[in-house]
Amino acid sequence: MILSVDELQFLYRNRKILHEIAFSIDEGEVVAILGPNGVGKTTLLKCLNRILNPRGGTVHIDGENLSDLGTMEIARLIGYVPQRVETGRLTAFDAVLLGRRPHIKWDITEKDLKIVDSVFKLLSMENLRLSYIDEMSGGELQKVAIARSLVQEPKVLLLDEPTSSLDLRNQVEILAIIRQIVLKHKIAAVMTMHDLNQAFRYADRFILLKGGKVHAYGGVEVITPQVIEEVYGLPVVIGEISGMRCVVPGSPAWDCKISYIASK
Amino acid sequence: MHFADGAVPEDYLVYVRRKYFWIMGGLLLLFFMLIYSISVGEVTIPPYGVLQTLMGENISDSWDSIIWNIRLPQALAAIVAGAGLSVAGVVMQSILRNPLGSPFTLGISNAGAFGAAFSVIVLGTGRMQSSVANAVILNNPYLTTMVAFIFCLLATGVILLISRIRGSSPEVMVLAGVSLSSLFTAGTMFLQYFADDTQLAAVVFWTFGDVGRVKNWSELGIMTGVVLFAVIFFIANRWNYNAIDAGDETAKSLGVNVEKVRLIGMIIAALVSAVLVSFLGVIGFVGLICPHMVRRIIGDDQRYLIPGSTLLGAILLLVSDTAARLIVSPYVLPVSILTAFMGAPTFIYLLIRGYKR
Repeated sequence: MILSVDELQFLYRNRKILHEIAFSIDEGEVVAILGPNGVGKTTLLKCLNRILNPRGGTVHIDGENLSDLGTMEIARLIGYVPQRVETGRLTAFDAVLLGRRPHIKWDITEKDLKIVDSVFKLLSMENLRLSYIDEMSGGELQKVAIARSLVQEPKVLLLDEPTSSLDLRNQVEILAIIRQIVLKHKIAAVMTMHDLNQAFRYADRFILLKGGKVHAYGGVEVITPQVIEEVYGLPVVIGEISGMRCVVPGSPAWDCKISYIASK
Repeated sequence: MHFADGAVPEDYLVYVRRKYFWIMGGLLLLFFMLIYSISVGEVTIPPYGVLQTLMGENISDSWDSIIWNIRLPQALAAIVAGAGLSVAGVVMQSILRNPLGSPFTLGISNAGAFGAAFSVIVLGTGRMQSSVANAVILNNPYLTTMVAFIFCLLATGVILLISRIRGSSPEVMVLAGVSLSSLFTAGTMFLQYFADDTQLAAVVFWTFGDVGRVKNWSELGIMTGVVLFAVIFFIANRWNYNAIDAGDETAKSLGVNVEKVRLIGMIIAALVSAVLVSFLGVIGFVGLICPHMVRRIIGDDQRYLIPGSTLLGAILLLVSDTAARLIVSPYVLPVSILTAFMGAPTFIYLLIRGYKR
């Protein structure tokens, strides 16, 4: 067990945003946090690495209680990729090098440069090394942000809607990279997502939030049309295309219409 | 996670070396400007003579006196003030996440000006003298400086109080600073409205920032000490400012205590501005524009931006002050009039040209 969360609770101005949050993750797993807008997906993610301070409950990473650790120590265990990546007049290499911050004492060392170089190779983006990030596309920028979180050498990676601003090809590429790195380096990733179909393809476990609580947690078997309707308030059909599980909004009645269009 | 297959990329090292060349070049330019600035004036001293005198050789008593008592303190004051204002500006821009951040964003210069006006008009520390070259003198410059400093600290204190109540978010700090600025400007205008001609002249004179006002080494020592401490502190925090530039969330996820870094950075930048404003008066432009000039030459990485801004601020103010002494010689203009004249055209050129590749 690499990450375990127990009784986590978050309050904003005495209003309970999250409560009774509990789950645990093994190494090599990718976990998707799902739920409607405003349910607290991002808040939950930020509570996991103390960007926000939870009011109660515990988070253990690799057996260590986060409340016993300093901010720099936490940053050496957990990497975070925000939803929006800020740009500036920096090269990609320097932007990624910043991820070594939790390990830097006074200045960077040769080791830091080597680790950054290694991550550039891992994400096959060596050609971007000296490109300025303020001239980059959304997909490239997202890769830089992921690279930055990887050079932290984290045990757990948190990603806030990693594909929200990307085109289809980049979405698949980014998620495949995350999937692969998590397996290869025996870490874990937790990401908030909106696209259920991609969650099916790239996540091992699913946390569905509703009303500030975990409504369902588990493997793919917990995601049923009924659970999705309870969480999102919308009827859906779950089917398979070429052996891949997918979710389509709509009731069986609409479904007839869909198959009608498809047959035409 | 473990990454072992990396090498130190050669092209990156070349890129970094180029940044250091810029900074080295800046240092060299500053040195030559210092010698030039000391050598020119009503009495021209050849640069070699300047060097020899600075090395401690006594070539002529009048040169000794001109260099040690007049030109060197003034040139050093320009360097220290330019460096301090510019480095305070670059850090304010980072911690306030606002390109308009400068040492004066928090209302400090206007607070200082109000303090000076208060001292001159209410406490009666200013009077007029009839010589042309030095038309107005303050008959108690120390009290004026002290009062100005107290008001600078007062402005800083109010901002600190507000950010303690509302959290030190950039918006709160910038908006509080802007409203304080207006408040102190209105206060100054109120005092000026009831002032007599002499007092009015003395107040206006005070607000023209002038590095020539520093004539003794102990004042220079205080300024240098504060600016040097600030530069070292800011350089030590360069990675924290880089992290904040990448966004508050990213910075926090990298273990940076954003609120604390922001608050302490602001206090030190405010202190630098307060000391410089109260000794020299209001010198605008340098703190706001120098960092942006440097950004356009060596980029936004604080590792180079902080030393680069410090140097360019020093160079710009020294060049401006030298020009201010020569341009309508034998009259000496206050440097604050010249900085914008020297800097604005260059900056507009850099704005149009865009970033260096």
